[in-house]
Amino acid sequence: MPEGVAGIAEMILIALVYLGIFSVAGLFLVLVERRVAAWFQLRIGPNRVGFQGILQTLADALKLVSKELTGTVRADKFLYNLAPYFVIISALMAMSVLPFSKEFHAFDINIGVLFLIAISSIGVIGILLGGWSSNNKFALIGAMRSGVQTISYELSVGLSLLTMVLISGSLQLSAIVEVQKNGWLIVQGHIPAVIAFMIFMISGTAETNRAPFDIVEAESELGAGFHTEYSGMKFAYFFLAEFINMFIIAAIAATVFFGGWLSPFGITESLPWLGVFWFLLKTFVLVFLMMWFRWTFPRLRVDQLLTLEWKYLLPVNLVNIVAMALIVWLNLTIQF
Amino acid sequence: MSYFSDIYKGIRTLLKGMSVTGRYFLNSRKGAITQQYPDNRDTLKMFDRFRGEVIMPHDENNEHACTGCQKCEIACPNGTIEIIWDRGIDEETGKKKKKIDQFIYHLGLCTMCGLCIDVCPTDAIEWGQNFENSVYDRTKLTRVLNKPGSTLRPGVED
Repeated sequence: MPEGVAGIAEMILIALVYLGIFSVAGLFLVLVERRVAAWFQLRIGPNRVGFQGILQTLADALKLVSKELTGTVRADKFLYNLAPYFVIISALMAMSVLPFSKEFHAFDINIGVLFLIAISSIGVIGILLGGWSSNNKFALIGAMRSGVQTISYELSVGLSLLTMVLISGSLQLSAIVEVQKNGWLIVQGHIPAVIAFMIFMISGTAETNRAPFDIVEAESELGAGFHTEYSGMKFAYFFLAEFINMFIIAAIAATVFFGGWLSPFGITESLPWLGVFWFLLKTFVLVFLMMWFRWTFPRLRVDQLLTLEWKYLLPVNLVNIVAMALIVWLNLTIQF
Repeated sequence: MSYFSDIYKGIRTLLKGMSVTGRYFLNSRKGAITQQYPDNRDTLKMFDRFRGEVIMPHDENNEHACTGCQKCEIACPNGTIEIIWDRGIDEETGKKKKKIDQFIYHLGLCTMCGLCIDVCPTDAIEWGQNFENSVYDRTKLTRVLNKPGSTLRPGVED
């Protein structure tokens, strides 16, 4: 086989593996979300399709595939059909740089964190396109709110990750994980790292448009927000992308703050294949935290949302960066 | 410095809220309020104030407490209750006395407002716990609440 063909075949194989992970993780997260939501509200949740409802989302996906794709009469057809792909492709691209383990890492570039932040902002273009081209006032309001929200909270995501980059000294995700062999970054950077983690979780939740920052969808105000006019598989793309984005935010937090695929205190260092397990465990704990936020806090108004970002998170974040810089400069980090 | 106290207060109240829902999450196994209805039909117990339908309880001697005063019929806002009554001779006093022939209850018209039960001076009617009221023929929704051959319980009118 010539070199070029082999390279393309390899890329396609890896892409298929990632697509598989993408769909399975998406379906699984939707189910977990519904069960966890039910438990938070003293309900039972879906438990009929398969053992304890594990096939519920598969049945839902089948239903969505078989549904008619509808649209509004005067919608901008091209942009309307393009929007879901922006959202889902940006989510997929972000997944490619996540270090599942030392070996299981598709795309290890030296600007990994920057790439992740950049890619996660592309998703909002899909949301804006979808809202604009639907020719529906609710969709448009939802999309505009999404623009406001994402542009504001992008800052906090970037700055809180930058705080951690100060201590790790690299933007490459594999290097960030390597640094944490002497203690996870949240331990190494102690107080500023904890503050950065809290800010990252808040702004990450806002970035994924989940409650309490779901003014983009806001069922009780806007119908379904930017995807009001979408049905069938196109709706499912938006829906899956939301859950994958949640997974990505949790995975970034697990990588940057909690040591990625490293086991706690190196207890399974002799078994490197357990890296995937530790990575997924940490990620799902953080995903659970985001679900906990969602089913506890009420939705913020637009002005409250912007007050939180510009008056609280951003100044705290800037002071925090200086504090972290001082700590790194004076060698006050905790190393094991 | 209300700025920092606001941040502190915000974080504290958010954590308080999360502890409440977290406690719910941990207790959801035994505390779930969902009723898996057709499966637990045998053990399902409706709550005390549930309004399923109006019933007229009878005791073991096939006696009820309805004197036929028709207060419930007047109180009902949409004509759900019709009382067909008659006059009979009271054996003890020999006077003519009102007694019910049929207490007709149209379940299909009933809004479960409960005014008839509130107004009844002898507590002859009360709420039933049955909620499986669907039928294939709407004439079946018209019910006669007093059982055939039933009589007024002695002493109710005193």
